[in-house]
Amino acid sequence: MKNIEVKICSGTTCFVMGSSFLSELYEIIPQKYGDRVTVKPSLCLGQCSNSDKHSKAPYVKIDEEYISEATIEKVLNILDKKVCGNE
Amino acid sequence: MNNNSQSIFIKKDILIRLVEAFFSDDFISNTASIPFKMRPKNAEVPYRCCIYKEREIIKDRIIADLGFSVENLDESERLEDFAKKSLERDKKEETPLTVIDAACKGCVPSRVYVTDLCQGCVARACEKSCKFGAVTIEGGRSYIDGNKCKNCGMCIKSCPYNAIVRLIVPCEQACPVGAISKNSNGIAVIDFEKCITCGKCVAVCPFGAVNEKSQIIDVLQGIKTGKKVVAMFAPAIAGQFPGNIYQLKSAMLKAGFYDVFEVAQGADVTTRNEAKEFTERMKEGKPFMTTSCCAGYNNLIKKHLAEIKTFVSDTKTPLFYIAEIVRKIYPDAITVFISPCVAKRVEVAENENIDYVLNADELGAIFVGRKIEIMEMPEIEYQFNSSKQGRNYGSTGGVSSAVKSLVKDNDVNAVPVIIDGLNKDSVKQLKKYAVDNCCPEGNLIEVMCCEGGCIGGNSTIANQKTAKRIINNLLEKSEDIV
Ligand code: FES
Repeated sequence: MKNIEVKICSGTTCFVMGSSFLSELYEIIPQKYGDRVTVKPSLCLGQCSNSDKHSKAPYVKIDEEYISEATIEKVLNILDKKVCGNE
Repeated sequence: MNNNSQSIFIKKDILIRLVEAFFSDDFISNTASIPFKMRPKNAEVPYRCCIYKEREIIKDRIIADLGFSVENLDESERLEDFAKKSLERDKKEETPLTVIDAACKGCVPSRVYVTDLCQGCVARACEKSCKFGAVTIEGGRSYIDGNKCKNCGMCIKSCPYNAIVRLIVPCEQACPVGAISKNSNGIAVIDFEKCITCGKCVAVCPFGAVNEKSQIIDVLQGIKTGKKVVAMFAPAIAGQFPGNIYQLKSAMLKAGFYDVFEVAQGADVTTRNEAKEFTERMKEGKPFMTTSCCAGYNNLIKKHLAEIKTFVSDTKTPLFYIAEIVRKIYPDAITVFISPCVAKRVEVAENENIDYVLNADELGAIFVGRKIEIMEMPEIEYQFNSSKQGRNYGSTGGVSSAVKSLVKDNDVNAVPVIIDGLNKDSVKQLKKYAVDNCCPEGNLIEVMCCEGGCIGGNSTIANQKTAKRIINNLLEKSEDIV
């Protein structure tokens, strides 16, 4: 199965809007999914810069998909579906 | 402390829009349109009864961000007027906090309350548990007489159905000194005679009703009009942003600050003086000494804990020393302290070497509004190097271990005691030490108003774990104090 890649944005906007509260994912993801999912921080994902877009931060990118207003639950839900092949 | 609630998110969202408006071609009308941009026509109404109330509260928050009190507003005054006034003022407001009464829910008064889960059981454990005769059974269920109830909570514990609960008012509960309470209309009011400006009510209110009065416009105005605006940031701020402090410095320079200093440098002066003072005091036979750098604690001493005054170190705060240094280097600059702390606003108001305070959220909003990517900035060195110990002042235990590391006298042994967060209990504890003239647990008491230290401050951005990790990276590369 193809490896799923999660990038947590640590750009200024996302950090200011709370991406540090996603940092538990760096522990949860390897624990839960082993090497099927990799997770790493990322520079600005480029989602925040249009006007008003800062209010949808923090952003997370899962493969090619951008998640806005990301929370730990949201990210894990999507990963569950992906890993189980329901998506 | 919760610095990730939705109400705090909205506060930051507004600040960012305000910064954008400030640097736009029409600050005044773009500021006035923020409530409409955030809650446009036909938008869903996420929190309150109607879109008008939501906009009204956003307007009130903007007024606080522009630096004004929201209490006793003249309702005919428009946001445009406030924006204009914010550019014209050269004096700061006195009290640092303001309550938005439209946002204050007027929570039900705190008390012990019997819910519908009460089964009116035969055990009557609640009635028996009450030492004050406040619980009776009426109409087949238990009833609490508010005049007799002393809020002890015994009945809560006794109920086999968990049917009795304590209703709390979060701000009243969080305040360590009883300075905030509901008025006869049920709206929270701060008694500034008692308030130690710790900021716990700001962080804890689920409706975000308590706000800091921001000085962000004053600072930005200084930058925009080409004044020399020099920043100094608290040790805890190092953990509030991505990247390292050298990138943080260049990000701040890009935002328009003229120069940037670490308050950690002032912390090194505090450590040296305090270690010396501690050694002297112990040799004189004093039972204990407490640290003196926490602004919330200093306000507590002034207003509620005079007994402990003689035990408090006379050493000045890190901010005091660094501000003195900065003023000498830049006599004509506008100086800004970047802080994770609400209480420091009071300390700053009393120190003529510092002109303004920005908290972490506000600096963050400037970065976002100016589109500055900290992680992509080059690293720039500081004029002075600060020590590992000074850079660790923002974490609980950091101050006392710094002082201890410089107590080198063979006859004196520093045993730190950590008060990790002021609350009603720890205030009592401190009072007891003072009255007893004795601290059984040790002799060097470090007092931190916020749990976890300044990284748990009420104006922070990052969660504590992340802040700690970023600061630890820095400590690894820093030298010991000598
Ligand atoms: S900072 Fe996260 S998308 Fe730009």
